[in-house]
This record gives sequence, C-alpha cells and structure tokens, in this order.
Amino acid sequence: MTAFFESFGLPFEWAWFVSMVIGCLVIALPLMLAVAMIIYADRKIWAAMALRRGPNVVGPFGLLQSFADGAKVFLQETIIPSAANKGLFLLAPIITFTIALVVWAVIPFAPGVVLADINVGLLYILAASSIGVYGVIIAGWASNSKYPFYSALRAAAQMVSYEVSIGFVLISVVLWAGSFNMSAIVEAQRAHVFEFVNGFGFNPLLFPMAVVFLISAMAETARAPFDLTEAESELVAGYQTEYSSMAFALYWLGEYANVILMCGLNAILFWGGWLPPVDWAPLYMIPGIVWFFAKLMFFFFVFSWVKATVPRYRYDQLMRLGWKIFLPLSLFWVFLVSGYLMLTRYS
Amino acid sequence: MSLGYIVKSFTLWEFVKAHWLTLKYFFKPKATINYPFEKNPLSPRFRGEHALRRYPNGEERCIACKLCEAVCPAQAITIEAEPRDDGSRRTTRYDIDMTKCIYCGFCQEACPVDAIVEGPNFEFATETREELIYDKSKLLANGDRWESAIAQNLAADAPYR
Repeated sequence: MTAFFESFGLPFEWAWFVSMVIGCLVIALPLMLAVAMIIYADRKIWAAMALRRGPNVVGPFGLLQSFADGAKVFLQETIIPSAANKGLFLLAPIITFTIALVVWAVIPFAPGVVLADINVGLLYILAASSIGVYGVIIAGWASNSKYPFYSALRAAAQMVSYEVSIGFVLISVVLWAGSFNMSAIVEAQRAHVFEFVNGFGFNPLLFPMAVVFLISAMAETARAPFDLTEAESELVAGYQTEYSSMAFALYWLGEYANVILMCGLNAILFWGGWLPPVDWAPLYMIPGIVWFFAKLMFFFFVFSWVKATVPRYRYDQLMRLGWKIFLPLSLFWVFLVSGYLMLTRYS
Repeated sequence: MSLGYIVKSFTLWEFVKAHWLTLKYFFKPKATINYPFEKNPLSPRFRGEHALRRYPNGEERCIACKLCEAVCPAQAITIEAEPRDDGSRRTTRYDIDMTKCIYCGFCQEACPVDAIVEGPNFEFATETREELIYDKSKLLANGDRWESAIAQNLAADAPYR
C-alpha cells in the first residue's frame, strides 16, 4: 500500500504514514463494530442458556441493541465525583480502551494480513496487556471511593497472578514454534500432528497448556467466573462504579475488545490461526481470514458458555488456582516441553 | 485424596458435565414470553390498577361510606364527601396515592357497592411521581375504560365469594 501512495508523488515517509493510518482504521473500525455485535451475541448466548430470549426488540432479532445502548450512553451526562482526581479519573478509561486496541496491531488475520509483523509480537502483546491493568488501577484510585478501590486492588493482584502462568504457557508455545513472531507461530502449526492436523492444541503434550491458557485468559480479562473486579454482590460495579456515559462505554468497549483479543490469541497460539483444522488441500480454498474468525467466534462462544455456567470464584480460590495450581503446572510443563524438544529436535 | 478424585479434578470433569448441561439448555425452548407482544393470562382475581365504577345508567356507584379509606393499611386513600343537590351522598374528592398503595385489595373487599375495584391493568408506569397520585376523575375514567373487563372478572369470581 505504501507503494500505491508513492505513485501519487508522495515522499516515502508520508506514503508510509498514510498507509499505516488507513491500516489502523481498517482494523479499529471493524473491531468496534465487532465489539458491538459480540456484546449482543454474549447477551443472546447467556440468555439462551438461562432459557431467556435476550434482546430481541431493537432491530431484527434485536441486532441493533448494542447501538441503541451506545446511543443512550453517549447522550448521558459524564458525572465526575467531586472527590475524584479529575485528570486521572478521565485518563483511566482512555488507557484501558487504547491498550485494548493497540494490541491488535500484531494479530495476523490471514497470511501477510497484519499491521505490524514484528519479530517479538508475542512479547508485545504480553507487555501491552500488562499496561492495560493500569486503566483499572488508576480508575479505582482516582475514583476516591472505597468499592472501586477494593476492586482496583483485586484487579491488580488477579491480572498479575494470571499473567505469570500465561507467560509460562506462552514459553512452551514459543519453544515449540521457535519464534515470537505471531505469523511464524501460526506457520509452525502447519501439519503439526501426524503431519496432517494443524494446531498445537491437538498435540497431547500441549493440549493441557491450551486449557490452562483458556482459563487464564478468562481470568486475565476478568470475565465470569473470575469477574472478582466487578463482583456486583460485593463491590457494586467494581472500578466502574463511579463512571457514567462515554467513560463507562470506553471500559465496556475495551473489556470486550480484550475478550475478542484473548479469543483470537487462543485461535492463533493453539488452534492454528488462519490455517484450516487439517492440512487437506480443499480446505485451503476457504480464505484464511474465515478460518481465523470461525475459530475466534468458537472461543467467544466458549467464553460466554463458561459465563453462563460457572458461578463466580471466591477470591482466595482464584488466588489458589493461579498460584498453587496453574503456576506449578505451567512451570512443570515448560520443563516437560523443553525436555521433549531437547530429546527429539536438538539432540 | 483418592485416585478418582485426582483424575476428576485434573480433567475438569465437573466443569465438563456442567457445560454439557448448559449446552442442552441452550437448545431448549425458551421459558420466557415475548412480553410486550404477548402476555400471560391473568386470574380474574388479579389486583392491578384501581378504578371507580358506575352503574349502567351512568350514575357513579361510590356512596362515600369511607370503608375503603378506613381499611386501607397503607392509608393511600383520601375521601371527602358532602350531599349532592339531589340529596344523595357522594364524594367530592376521592384520591389514591398509587405510590403508597400495596395492592392488597382490601378496598375492593370492603366496598359494599362494588365501586372501587382493582382492575386487570398493570401497565400504568409513569415518568413522574405526580402522575401516580390519582384523583376521582382519573379513577372514574379508568372505570369507564376497563368496565367490560372488570365486570367479566367480577362475574367470574362471584361464585367463590
């Protein structure tokens, strides 16, 4: 695309800039639309499992419900508590939302379709999603209110704990793929099992890590059953308690953008990203982006499914699961995977 | 800690079972109705919005005996009365504060002439509190509006009274 803009006589730097801006918009705008539809899907799936109907009045089958909610929230007044730290209070949702969007830069949608094909894509994701915690912590502190503050403390502990086990899970993936580059990780999964099945998740040695990653991803995005940060029976609405209007909507959008991201990461890291499930030529007729989104949607269904099924964890159970079960398990698995690779690949 | 327990907890067996159950529920017919477009049947005894009834000739039933005002546990009813020009005793004021009312139906049971009744209407939400303080004209208008349904319900319930 840079070359295309250069043909209009733009210098290289400007052509690169314009094509990058367009690239960002091409990712961010459909992502916002996807978030709106996925909130709708989440409510519908949740409702169906509770034998309810879910939103079905606004638009055909209620498809426009999220947009109606968005319009409502947009027209509301932004209330800033008088005791709040005004600057930080408004900065916090912007951080959450921006970080949730920024991470998408390194996600490969199809072969070569990625905004920034950097070598350390996975590290970039880990780093950026760690910064995302700041949005929550700052919100809890700047609100100057006790429940948001409790929630911020919980969020800090929870997200940090599960990032540790996610880190070890990712190390075992990276060991196998031999690269931090997202596209290279996907390519490494081609014909992975029996020279035929695509995806690390089908490998019995890596499957437990896929499960650990799925559960940790739920904890990392603070989704039910790990939504301790906004446990409404204990903390009103957690760190969002004092927020209204667009500031609240930014949290909502950022949260769901993160959820889609984690579903996408599940698809990319363990289930072959844009590759079809098996390495069989006719399946490659379907474009890679379709496979990727199909997998992403499947994992989103799993996320909703879990939300509809499992009751919220107690805080000590959450910490025990993270530190006493997932951390030793994933650490042991790094050992196991690297040992296996030493025996088979590097000896 | 038996072997079975360890196997169960490491295969997340309980979670698998629970998710299988919710997946079955996912495909079941819905238990809820499509509310604003379809509604559940109501009992003839349903206690909804109040109404003051009239006789078929248009004369209002209420004789201002104030039994409803006396029996009302929430003290939501206020009545003032004086003789009308033709000498009959009628209310000059009949107010119900619907925000106080607990919909117990005692007013309807106390009424000797079936004047005050709780009709089948339950969709009378308003945007302001003031609109929920009903006066006599509003209650009479309710009576005119719901008379056929109210008469039907009273007739259906009469054998059990």
